[in-house]
Amino acid sequence: MAIFYILLLFMIIAAIIAIETKNLLSSVICIGALGFGASLMFLFLRAPDIAITQIVVEVLGLIILIRATISRDLTFITGDKEFFGTVISVVIIFVIFLAGVKVFETLPDFGTAIFTEAPDAASQTYISKGLHDTGAANIVASVILDYRAYDTLGEATVLFTSIIGATVILRKKAKKLLEDPE
Amino acid sequence: MPYALCFLLFMLGLYCAVVKKNMVKIVIGILVMEYAVNLFLIMLGYRFGGTAPIIERGQLLESGQIANTFLNSSVDPLPQALVLTAIVISLGSLALMISICIRTYEKYGTFDITQIRRLKG
Amino acid sequence: MKGMTIIVKTVSSWIKVLIVLFGIYIILFGHLTPGGGFAGGVILASSYLLLMLAFGREFVQKDLPLALDSKLDCLGALLFAMIAVLGLVLCDKIFFANFLYQKYLPGQPFNLISAGTIPFSNIAIGLKVGASLFLVIFLLSTFRRDTSA
Repeated sequence: MAIFYILLLFMIIAAIIAIETKNLLSSVICIGALGFGASLMFLFLRAPDIAITQIVVEVLGLIILIRATISRDLTFITGDKEFFGTVISVVIIFVIFLAGVKVFETLPDFGTAIFTEAPDAASQTYISKGLHDTGAANIVASVILDYRAYDTLGEATVLFTSIIGATVILRKKAKKLLEDPE
Repeated sequence: MPYALCFLLFMLGLYCAVVKKNMVKIVIGILVMEYAVNLFLIMLGYRFGGTAPIIERGQLLESGQIANTFLNSSVDPLPQALVLTAIVISLGSLALMISICIRTYEKYGTFDITQIRRLKG
Repeated sequence: MKGMTIIVKTVSSWIKVLIVLFGIYIILFGHLTPGGGFAGGVILASSYLLLMLAFGREFVQKDLPLALDSKLDCLGALLFAMIAVLGLVLCDKIFFANFLYQKYLPGQPFNLISAGTIPFSNIAIGLKVGASLFLVIFLLSTFRRDTSA
């Protein structure tokens, strides 16, 4: 239990440094530290699938951020918006934070999963009949590719669309390279 | 109590996305919010003394049933399935946001959003 | 973008083989051990990214042209949709039914050939995710080069 608090504190400190520093390179490196802390957290929360995916996605995200922004001329940041807007935003965010902490007391404590308290939860079916219905030993794989495969189809569509959008936006200068081999 | 710390991380990301002027800082704020949400979903499904939701060879009995040791100690597999797709979608949306930032920098010469509003056309 | 020194080129041409092997292992055994199509696809994209950083962009452009990469991406998405529609056709009108496990090829649990269409779905998704991410990173670095030139 102590390891969770240590990792969460590490992630919060990395987030504060990433938000407040004026150098873009330090921000991006702190985002990398945040991602690795999240991956360790997933490993201690007994989710190895998610930990593997988080680490490799984190590395590619860092490469995208660094290649896109550090090579530009402008790596120093010129400050915040005007003072009045900042104060109002901080006050509103603080009020939402207090309200949210109040709501969390209605959830079960950390450590008792919700599906153990409801005998007809969906997860009970997935755990007890997963191997018999689909034949896969990895229950998370059987959930995303057999019981809930429609969500995976939606996710593949969203990824396809966002990559097409990025390709169209970056099109004008890269068109010469696409036409050269043909 | 860990839920409150995770919510604090989310609020820090929201503060960064609302208050900062630099476009890349806004993207970083959105990224921190996505990490916080994924972490919160996995924390909901945790169980003390739990094991990962992968069945091993010794836990499948001859009658076709799963051993009780697995049924009583597995963590929730459903939030993990949701978070798996969410992580890959966050990478796709990061690529789209960064390509918009690069295009804007090439056209206006700055990453500052207050100056982009003044240079209309 | 030029490549790097000859030490980096030699070592990365050996390491690329290991990375591709690791990525294929994570995709294929996604129904038995942690992993799955998404993580394996991203690992395959990162192996080509290592080649691009070590050898320069022109070498990778000859090795895997962007037109072929787009076609691989579309092929992965079409394969995934075809598995879904075959489940609709062959298994009395249930979309995405696991038709291989329920009718034709049950297999033994804990073996590589088990769980029906789940390995094929993993392969299709791995192909799609890997090709998409490599395409977008290549275009990002190409765009940077032309604006600063």
